[in-house]
Amino acid sequence: MKIGVFICYCGENIGRTVDCAAVAQAAAKFPGVIHSEDYKYMCSDPGQNLIKQAIREKQLDAIVVGSCSPHMHEKTFRKAAAGAGINPYMVEIANLREHCSWIHDDIPSATKKAIELTRIAVEKVKYNEPLIPIRVPVTKRALVIGGGISGIQAALDIANAGFEVVLVEKEPSIGGHMSQLSETFPTLDCSQCILTPRMVEVYQHPKIKLLTYSEVENVEGFIGNFKVTIRKKARGVKEDLCTGCGLCVQKCPIRKVAKNEFEEGLANRPAMYVPFPQAVPNLPVIDRSVCTYYKSGKCQMCKKVCGRDAVDFEQQDSFVTEDIGSIIVATGYKLYTIDKKPENSPIQGYGEYGYGKYTDVINGLQFERIASASGPTSGEILRPSDSKVPKKVVFIQCVGSRDEAKGFTYCSKICCMYTAKHAMLYKHKVHDGEAYVFYMDIRAGGKMYEEFVRRAIEEDDVKYIRGRVSKIYEEDGKYIVKGEDTIAGMQVIIDADMVVLATAMVAQPEAPKLAQLLGVPYDKYGFLAEVHPKLRPVETSSGGIFLAGACHSPRDIPESVAMASAAAAKALVLFGSDMLEREPVIAKVNAGTCAGCFYCQKVCAYNAIEQKEIKNRAGEVIKVVAYVNEGLCQGCGTCNATCPSKSVELVGFKDEQIFNEICALY
Amino acid sequence: MANENFEPKITCFVCNWCTYTGADLAGTSRLKQQPNARLIRVPCTGRIDPVFLIKAFETGADGVLVSGCHPADCHYNTGNYHARRRWIFFRELLNTVGIPESRVHFSWVSASEGKKWVDVVNGVIDKVRQEGPFEGYKKINNEFALPEEVEV
Repeated sequence: MKIGVFICYCGENIGRTVDCAAVAQAAAKFPGVIHSEDYKYMCSDPGQNLIKQAIREKQLDAIVVGSCSPHMHEKTFRKAAAGAGINPYMVEIANLREHCSWIHDDIPSATKKAIELTRIAVEKVKYNEPLIPIRVPVTKRALVIGGGISGIQAALDIANAGFEVVLVEKEPSIGGHMSQLSETFPTLDCSQCILTPRMVEVYQHPKIKLLTYSEVENVEGFIGNFKVTIRKKARGVKEDLCTGCGLCVQKCPIRKVAKNEFEEGLANRPAMYVPFPQAVPNLPVIDRSVCTYYKSGKCQMCKKVCGRDAVDFEQQDSFVTEDIGSIIVATGYKLYTIDKKPENSPIQGYGEYGYGKYTDVINGLQFERIASASGPTSGEILRPSDSKVPKKVVFIQCVGSRDEAKGFTYCSKICCMYTAKHAMLYKHKVHDGEAYVFYMDIRAGGKMYEEFVRRAIEEDDVKYIRGRVSKIYEEDGKYIVKGEDTIAGMQVIIDADMVVLATAMVAQPEAPKLAQLLGVPYDKYGFLAEVHPKLRPVETSSGGIFLAGACHSPRDIPESVAMASAAAAKALVLFGSDMLEREPVIAKVNAGTCAGCFYCQKVCAYNAIEQKEIKNRAGEVIKVVAYVNEGLCQGCGTCNATCPSKSVELVGFKDEQIFNEICALY
Repeated sequence: MANENFEPKITCFVCNWCTYTGADLAGTSRLKQQPNARLIRVPCTGRIDPVFLIKAFETGADGVLVSGCHPADCHYNTGNYHARRRWIFFRELLNTVGIPESRVHFSWVSASEGKKWVDVVNGVIDKVRQEGPFEGYKKINNEFALPEEVEV
């Protein structure tokens, strides 16, 4: 094999601490190396031409480039090699910059190391073999998990581009948290007025298959070729027969049997219910945990009144399997429950604020419902305990956010804005009321956001107090809020009628489970992780799986929508081609030596190892051996290290290559 | 045994996605480290056959460092768990093959832990420097070396 070595100075980046000419000279003496040279910038056009010329003139079979990290320019040099007519996988990189010149000062020892690193690469490339990228077909169908505003946006974008979308929502209706909001900052648009047309559009879109009250049960496969199993939970109502007339809901005799989830527990609902009037689809659900029929077998009122015979008490969960090319995760957030300490969490909670104990100490979403025209008070600001108009309301920001000692270290980002909005809405409806906001800092970064907060303070006379609240307790029908004003340097005591806590946004409790199913990393809070925070913010390390909205981190509506469109664009990029090219670095089985123990199958994380029957001429099975599914194998090499007979090898990182590298040292 | 002039040779087996990238980050951040480590890149710590470690010692390494993604962060989902299990068993066998456990090091370094990588590398180098050169296999190699005139 004829090997060429090319040592790059990277300007002065490598040249300053590594004597590149000496490295090139030393490399020229390595066995197998017939050409060795150095150049100022190998990655530049003249540098690449130098490589191409040497390959052509000296008929090189393989090249080694001593340059920056392979993560940086491996592709560049592979392309250059391919341009000169050799297989791009006959290229190895010696990392002389990140792993040598940049981390050492002493020129002789850095040069010695550089020579050894080049030697390793030369020894490895001797066992490289020409590889051809694997081409797999792309299923041009997307799955969107979560039917909040992010999921809706992503689904509509993809569907409008002409591709099919399966939208899965675990609740009975799509809409998510946005459908609960009264008005949105900074424009004070009515949330439902802008959201519900989108919800209907999703429902009526010919390209969108909507599966509500459903959850993703299993995900198999890989980019372009996922097989997703979805559990459709039993509604107790036949979707094809129900017209959504609502008679069953009206006639359900147990009217106030459960807390209304949509109203955040401020109202009750019957066992047969539609989550909210604008629900999409407009289909009722039976809450089996409270329904009389499931307890005693009696009642059946809903079934009796239904003119379409759509009520089905015996309905079971059903499963559908979908072929999917790309998955967008938009599972959103939850509000942190202040009164209870979450499971497996170091956070301590805020028992001293009395949430859960005092009826009029509520969270942000509950205030949204009180302020909403469609809410339990029809938009009048009435406190939950006695339905009186509260004359003094205290808003507390950062409950759980930015609090290392008792909550989460991160900033929930939206609370500064929605608290200003809450205070404003309150003042607009209760003109003689007083609104106080306890804050740590005002973080109002965003278009017209700062102006919005200034409006709350200056035009609507909301009193902002910089400081924390230490305690809330009840005295003579008032809630005594004790806090400090750090600017005035004094204690503040307010006798409030109602307290609204801007609690932290937290990840969905099921998010880690879903992330594991999808093979997507997540952080310690349960927020899903992007592959690069700046340049690849919606992609995950699992190919073909993208993130949208608050499942990634706390974010507001405009940001979620933007992220959803970005994720949709990424899926559409994938759908732009019929075939997908993949790195050919995958495992291969030597059927001749494979003994069929299938240890490789046990350790494979991708179910990529299959069993293959070897038959003789008479068609009888003589042995069963392992076989690698090229589409599924990701090239980790765990099977290679596990195989007792060394019958499976990872192309590109074969045993010969690695042993040669090891032996090249010292 | 410790010799002031002794510079240990450390062969490192690192995974491509976390530790190799973490070492890249140390480079990009210009975090200086001792020049004794040589990195061999594999896709995943799951790819590392314990025989690689023995081979490294056999060919002259004084210490070996294996480093990969943190538990639950493996790019290939579970490769690092397999590496960890292998290590648990291999550790028991080290004595049999004549390698002191103090010369084999295992760490988790993520792609964002450039500083940690420097600390790990320097720590391993310092520890092995205190141990002195690894002579065990050199003696065997000398004993079984073929006479120079024999043609093979």
